[in-house]
Amino acid sequence: MRRSVLLLLMLAPPALWALDTTVLPDPALQARYVALTHELRCMQCQNESIADSPVELAADLRREVRELLIAGKSDDDVRNWMAARYGDFILFRPRVSWRNAWLWGAPGALLLIGAFVAWRIVRDRTRLLPGDTDPVDEDVA
Amino acid sequence: MNRFVLPLAIFVLLALVLAIGIRHSPDKGIITSPLLGKAAPQFSLPNLADPTHTVSSASLKGRWYLFNVWGTWCGGCREEHETLLEVNRAGVVPLIGLDWKDDDTRAREWLAQLGNPYEVVAIDRSGRTAIDWGVYGAPETFLVNADGIVVYKHVGALTRETWTREILPRLPAATGGSS
Repeated sequence: MRRSVLLLLMLAPPALWALDTTVLPDPALQARYVALTHELRCMQCQNESIADSPVELAADLRREVRELLIAGKSDDDVRNWMAARYGDFILFRPRVSWRNAWLWGAPGALLLIGAFVAWRIVRDRTRLLPGDTDPVDEDVA
Repeated sequence: MNRFVLPLAIFVLLALVLAIGIRHSPDKGIITSPLLGKAAPQFSLPNLADPTHTVSSASLKGRWYLFNVWGTWCGGCREEHETLLEVNRAGVVPLIGLDWKDDDTRAREWLAQLGNPYEVVAIDRSGRTAIDWGVYGAPETFLVNADGIVVYKHVGALTRETWTREILPRLPAATGGSS
């Protein structure tokens, strides 16, 4: 008896132990639903996506995603809808905004500063060369 | 002398950025609501006292109110109940309750037993109104002004300290919330 139950469990399709068993009628919609629920943060558990979280609020938010998608909203509409209520924190993939623009721009700015400094050093050194009468080889010895 | 200026400037800038970061870093887990400074979400829900009647945000127009999200399943709500009763007794601002994903009968029993600090309680069985308000864990309390703008949000059990330090000073001096 116990063995047959175990066997049954092993043969059961993965959907049986998946947390979210939602299947949308349209496979394209289903793919978008899965992607979106994986990039929205469960605000209660904070380090899980709403797709992975067992709490009730996550289930409620999945329901909202489902209904927004079925109503024909775009992925960005869904993200905006969520961010309007819970803030950008709900998005696992941060967006560029005026508040964090400096953060996105910092690597580029640092690269430019580095390039400028390197260019100046190289320029200063090449200027030294004409006056340098010693052959390079002798410096080594 | 001159060659110290740039590193010093960079150091000062970095220290400034970090200082701002540390000062503004919120308590881990407390998320500032995007609702602050914006219009409170609309709702029209059954009234806990009599579910055949509705409670709607339209009827709250023109007055200050505290919007308190609670449930009998929520430990922090039991904790803050004394404070809510005190707030009600003070009579400065009305408490509007949102019974979030709860059992109506149990909620009515809770209020009958512990005392009812609310002017009115709306029932949110589906949890949709709570989501509109960006609620992620009860209890949560919002202060809404006479123009229907959310001016303050508190996450977690309301304490007397939060009441006197954060909510009372934000209320207009003489209106008493009932104008």
